[in-house]
Amino acid sequence: MKVLGSVGKVVLGVGMAVILWAAFLYAHPAESFIGESSRIVFFHVPTAWISALAFLLAAWHSALYLKTRKIERDDAAASAARLGVLFCVLATVTGSLFAKVMWNSYWNWDPRQTSIVLLLLVYGAYLGLRQAIEEPERRATLSAAYALVAFATVPFLMFAVPRMYASLHPDTVINARGKVEMSPDIKLVFFTSMIAFTALFAWMYALDVKATRLVRRLEERADGGHTA
Amino acid sequence: MILRAAAAVFVKDLRTEWRTRVALNALLLFAFSVLILVGYAVGPTRLALEDRPIVNSVLLWIVLFFSAMTGLSRAFVNEEETGTASALRLSAPPAAVFLGKLLGNLALLGVVMALVVPLFLALMSFGIAAPGLFLAILAFGAIGLASASTFIAAIVAKTAAKGALFAVLATPLLLPPLVAAVTGTRIAATEPELAAGLDAVRLLFAFDGIMITASFLLFDAVWRE
Repeated sequence: MKVLGSVGKVVLGVGMAVILWAAFLYAHPAESFIGESSRIVFFHVPTAWISALAFLLAAWHSALYLKTRKIERDDAAASAARLGVLFCVLATVTGSLFAKVMWNSYWNWDPRQTSIVLLLLVYGAYLGLRQAIEEPERRATLSAAYALVAFATVPFLMFAVPRMYASLHPDTVINARGKVEMSPDIKLVFFTSMIAFTALFAWMYALDVKATRLVRRLEERADGGHTA
Repeated sequence: MILRAAAAVFVKDLRTEWRTRVALNALLLFAFSVLILVGYAVGPTRLALEDRPIVNSVLLWIVLFFSAMTGLSRAFVNEEETGTASALRLSAPPAAVFLGKLLGNLALLGVVMALVVPLFLALMSFGIAAPGLFLAILAFGAIGLASASTFIAAIVAKTAAKGALFAVLATPLLLPPLVAAVTGTRIAATEPELAAGLDAVRLLFAFDGIMITASFLLFDAVWRE
């Protein structure tokens, strides 16, 4: 599947450069944040959103695999989980940098930090399980079951726990008051960045699914005669 | 029908376990060894008074968690290794197998806890201010440990690296309930009122509910693989 044509890739590339410029030079630093630290919102929130989206996709394709038993669904779930871990690491690191500036320590076991690190562990274990099983169908079934059980605890980690305990984390974009509290220039750059990161993810995801599928076909050919 | 089959699976497991007592002995020996290590190295007097509740709660749950990790995977690994899994697959519906195995693991963990927890309290002079809350935390914690372990055991029984994978897969799932159990135990040690620890009990209850529901829904696919 082709997500971005050549025009789309150029638009995305130029767009990302413009966002980078705007994030540091166009948008003003937000009030009540130390120095320039608020600028990390343009990168931290999109990566966190992409990792949530990727884990949702992994669960969706895992459920569909168990329903339809089409091995392509397993390729999609594995790619989504891999990219989810990548973006989750990026969100953890950017969040940690922000924590150093605002709270004067990289890591202080804020409920948000705790829950994101648990997420990394859960999906790390998922990828570990995948590596431990040779046979594609068995790997697909068992890892889909684990992904879904893990996903059942994810809403727990991502939404319930951080909101139950007092957190130093700034209010989320989706907050209790139900409106986005940003100045217009920040809002513009922020939502452009969200869209651009989502497009980037869609592109990376399509490439990774394709690569996973090719690797699996090659393995099948090496095993000899077994066709999917 | 399913309940009767589950009871049959449970009784069968108890009977085979009683013949060798491999899992029970492994769990108990492990728990006692760690208990002795903790009792000797930390002891009742070496901690500052204000540190005791939290450190003792953490140590207690570490002992229980690692005991669960050593013995509870046998529920399914055994069936696959001895080749009896196929017979079980033919003779009982999946939901009954899961429920029977869950009850078996819960019974095993219950026996271990009944022996280890009083001993831990005595060895560490660890006083509990709210026994009711403490018992609730222990019960819901045990259900959480047993349900996640049972489901993960069913998965790892189908893989080549059974033992190593079991702890890797189970630990991240069990961290949230373990944190709640440790918090609840600390509160039970210091606050005499039941209400103080209700949040921890609620969290454990929610986790147990989610874990058991998800396991029942997904066990079918894992078991038939």
